[in-house]
Amino acid sequence: MLAFIARRLGLLIPTFFGVTLLTFALIRMIPGDPVEVMMGERRVDPVLHAQAMERLGLNKPLYAQYFDYIGQLAQGNLGESLRTRTSVWSEFTTLFPATLELALAALLFAGSLGLIAGVVAALKRGSLFDHGVMGISLAGYSMPIFWWGLLLIMFFSVWLGWTPVSGRIDLLYDIPPVTGFMLIDTLLADEPGAFVDALHHLILPAIVLGTIPLAVIARMTRSAMLEVLREDYVRTARAKGLSPARVVFVHGLRNALIPVLTVFGLQVGALLAGAVLTETIFSWPGIGKWLIESIGARDYPVVQNGILLIACLVILVNFVVDILYGLANPRIRHQR
Amino acid sequence: MRKNAVIQALLAAGLIASTPLASAAGNLVFCSEGSPAGFDPGLYTTGTDFDAAAETVFNRLSQFERGGTAVIPGLAEKWDISEDGLSYTFHLRPNVKFHTTEYFTPSRSFNADDVLFTFQRMLDKDHPFRKAYPSEFPYFTDMGMDANIAKIEKLDDMTVKFSLNQVDAAFIQNLAMSFASIQSAEYAGNLLKAGKAADINQKPIGTGPFVFSRYQKDAVIRFKGNKEYWQPDEVKLDNLIFAINTDASVRMQKLKAGECQVTLFPRPADLESLQEDPNLNMPEQAGFNVGYIAYNVQHKPFDQLEVRQALDMAVNKQGIIDAVYQSAGQLAVNGMPPTQWSYNDSIKDPAYDPEKAKALLKAAGIKEGTEITLWAMPVQRPYNPNAKLMAEMLQNDWAKVGIKAKIVTYEWGEYLKRAKAGEHDAMLIGWSGDNGDPDNWLGTLYGCDAVDGNNFSKWCDADYDKLVKAAKRVTDTAERTELYKQAQVILKREVPITPIAHSTVYQPMSKKVVDFKISPFALNSFYGVGVK
Repeated sequence: MLAFIARRLGLLIPTFFGVTLLTFALIRMIPGDPVEVMMGERRVDPVLHAQAMERLGLNKPLYAQYFDYIGQLAQGNLGESLRTRTSVWSEFTTLFPATLELALAALLFAGSLGLIAGVVAALKRGSLFDHGVMGISLAGYSMPIFWWGLLLIMFFSVWLGWTPVSGRIDLLYDIPPVTGFMLIDTLLADEPGAFVDALHHLILPAIVLGTIPLAVIARMTRSAMLEVLREDYVRTARAKGLSPARVVFVHGLRNALIPVLTVFGLQVGALLAGAVLTETIFSWPGIGKWLIESIGARDYPVVQNGILLIACLVILVNFVVDILYGLANPRIRHQR
Repeated sequence: MRKNAVIQALLAAGLIASTPLASAAGNLVFCSEGSPAGFDPGLYTTGTDFDAAAETVFNRLSQFERGGTAVIPGLAEKWDISEDGLSYTFHLRPNVKFHTTEYFTPSRSFNADDVLFTFQRMLDKDHPFRKAYPSEFPYFTDMGMDANIAKIEKLDDMTVKFSLNQVDAAFIQNLAMSFASIQSAEYAGNLLKAGKAADINQKPIGTGPFVFSRYQKDAVIRFKGNKEYWQPDEVKLDNLIFAINTDASVRMQKLKAGECQVTLFPRPADLESLQEDPNLNMPEQAGFNVGYIAYNVQHKPFDQLEVRQALDMAVNKQGIIDAVYQSAGQLAVNGMPPTQWSYNDSIKDPAYDPEKAKALLKAAGIKEGTEITLWAMPVQRPYNPNAKLMAEMLQNDWAKVGIKAKIVTYEWGEYLKRAKAGEHDAMLIGWSGDNGDPDNWLGTLYGCDAVDGNNFSKWCDADYDKLVKAAKRVTDTAERTELYKQAQVILKREVPITPIAHSTVYQPMSKKVVDFKISPFALNSFYGVGVK
C-alpha cells in the first residue's frame, strides 16, 4: 500500500510543475500588462510605467520571473495581488468558503435528487418517468449555465419574487465574517432570521451549479442500477424472498454506488469550473469571480496562484479518491 | 416533476422568515459595478475606486459642487492666487475632525501637516511613507502635477502655500479631483511606526461624510454616516452600503426587486423597462464625454485633409445615434461636450453628403476600393455602448463612397497599446471629462504633447497647439474661452477626428431616494442624499 501511495505521490510532482508552468505562460500570453490595463485611455507615463514594472518585478526576463515565482512558492509565499496589494493567500481564504459553501449545497442538491431520480428511473425502466428523467437530464447536461441562471432569476426572482436576485445575504444584515461560511456565521451571530435569509440566497445558485452534476449523477445511477439489477446475486436475493425494498437498496444500490461515487469525485472539478460562471451570474463573492476579474486586470500572481490552489485541490481530491479505491479494491492496488 | 416540487418546498421554507432584522430607515444600498482595488485614492484611476473611497471617506482642498463642474471650497475655506499665477495660498478649514474608528482615534483636528503629508508623499520618491509602502500615483503624474509643483510650504498650522513652475489655469480643478484626497498625517505616522503602512490602502481614515466600516471583497462595502462631519446637513444616511455586482442585468434586476436603491450604467436595452417601472426614477444628464473616430494622420491616405473631410461627411451620425446609442446620445460637433465651458457653439457640422465625399476623394486621387483599417473597441465604454456595431455602420457608410474599411479589434489592453503606438488607420475611441477644464479635452486629446499618448490621431498642428498651450497659462476665464474657441475652429477645419456622440448618462434609482445628483464625472456621491 505504501508503495502505491508513493507511486501516486510521485505522479503529483510533475503535475504540480506542469500547472505552474501552464498558468505562468498562459496569463502572460494575453497581451497588455497590468499597468497599461489600469491606465485605460489615459497616457502611460514611461517613467511611471518603468517604476511600476520594476516594483512588480515584471521588468525581468520571463525565465527569471518564473524562477522567482517557483522560489517564492518553495517558501510557501503565494505573493500579493498586483491590483489590491493584499496577499493572494488571504484573498483566497476569504473567498474560498463562499465557493465551498455553494459547491457543497450544489452537490447536496445534485446528489440527493440525482440518486433518487436515477434509482426510480432504473426501476421503472421504459416508463414515461424513465424517459422523462433521461430527457430532462440530457437537457440539463447540455444547458449553458449562464443562460440557465439568468432564466431562473427572471422567473423566480423577478416574476415570482420568491428568491433574491443575487448575493449571499440581505445586506441589511451586518454579519461579521468568522468562518466565511455564511450559514455558520449567521448562526454564530445568533441571527436566525439571517440564517434563513442566507439559505434563501443559496437556493438558486445551488440549483444552477448543481444542474449539470445532477444530470450526470442521475444518468450514471440509472445505468449502474440497471446493470446491478441484472446480476445473479440480485436474482438470488429476490428468489430468497427478500422484500423488494431490501433488494433494491441493500443489494442493488449499494453495489451501484461504486461507479456513482467516482462520478461524485470527478464532479468536484466540474463544480469548481461551473462556479466561475455561477458566481458571476449571482454576484456570489467566491473564487470564480475573483479569477475572472483578475484575468481582466492582468493580476498575474492571483491568476497563477489562484488556479494553482484550485488545481491542488482537485489533485488532492482525486488523490484521496485513488487511495480510497486502492483500499477498497485490492486489484487496483496491485495492478501497477 | 419531482425536481419542481422540491424547489417549491425549499422556496416555501425560505419564504417563512426573510425579513431583515435591521431597519431600512436611514440605510441606502448602492448596487455598484465592481470591487475597488483599494481605498487610497491617490493610487488609482477609475471611478470604481474613487466612489468607494474619495467620494465617501475623503475630502479635498477644493471640491466640485454636487452634480456640477464648478469648484467650491472643501477643506480649504478659501485660497489666494498670486498675481503671476505661480503661487496658491490655501487657508484651511478649522475644527475638521478625522474619523474615529476601531483602528484609529485622532488626537487632533485637520491641519497643514495633513496637506503636506498628502502631497509630499506623491511628489517625493524618497518620502519615508513611500519607502515603507512603495507606490506610484498615476493620476497625479498624468495631470502633470508632479512636474509642475515646485514647492509646498506650511506657513502656519492652518495655511499652506503651493508654488508652481508654470501657470496652470486648471490647478484648483485638479486639486478637486479624487486623487488629491487629503490623508491624515497622524494616522500615516501611526501606521509607519507599527510597520503597517499598507493599511493606508485597506483601512482608510479621512474627513469625509462617511466612515469606513467593513469591506468584504466582491460582496459589500459598509460605511456609517459621519456624525461629526463638518457639514452636518450633508449626512442624511445612517448606513451606506455598496452591494458589488459586476453584471449590469443583475444590477437592474436587484434594483427592480428593491434590493438596492441606486445603481449605475444601465444597458441601453434595459432603459425602456426601467422607465416603465412605477417604483423607479431615472434621471438623465447630457454626458460629459465624447465618442469619436480618430484618423491617424501619419498613415496614408489620412495624411490628406480631403480624405479626412470626405470620410467625415460620409458618416451618417444620426443613424449611429439611433442604432448604437438607441437615441440616448447627442450628436457631437466638437471634440468636447457642449456642457464644457468655452465650447464653441458657432461651429457647425458639415451635412451628411456621400456624393460630395466621393467627389472629394476623387479629387484627392483616392481610387475606389481603397482599403483602410478601422479599429473597434472590444469593450463597452461610457461614450460608446457598442463599438462593434458602430464600426459596422461606418464600414457601410464608407463603402458607399468607395472606401473599404476592414474592422480590426484586439483585447482592450492590447487595443490601447497598439493604438498609442499608432498602428491603426482609423479607430474608435473617446473620453470622459476628468476635471471640468477645457484643457482636459483640447490639450489632453489633441495636443502635440499627447502624440505619443492619447492623441490617437497623431495630429500635431502648430497653430492649434500654440492656442491650447497659451490658454493653459492664463488665469482669466474670458481670455481662455476665446483661445479655446479659436482652437476648436482649427480642430474642426483640420478634421483629425470625427466627433460622433455625447452619450446620455442615466442613473436608475428607487423613488424613495431623495436629492441624488448625477455627477458629470461619472462619480457616485451620497452626501446630501436621503431615503424617504
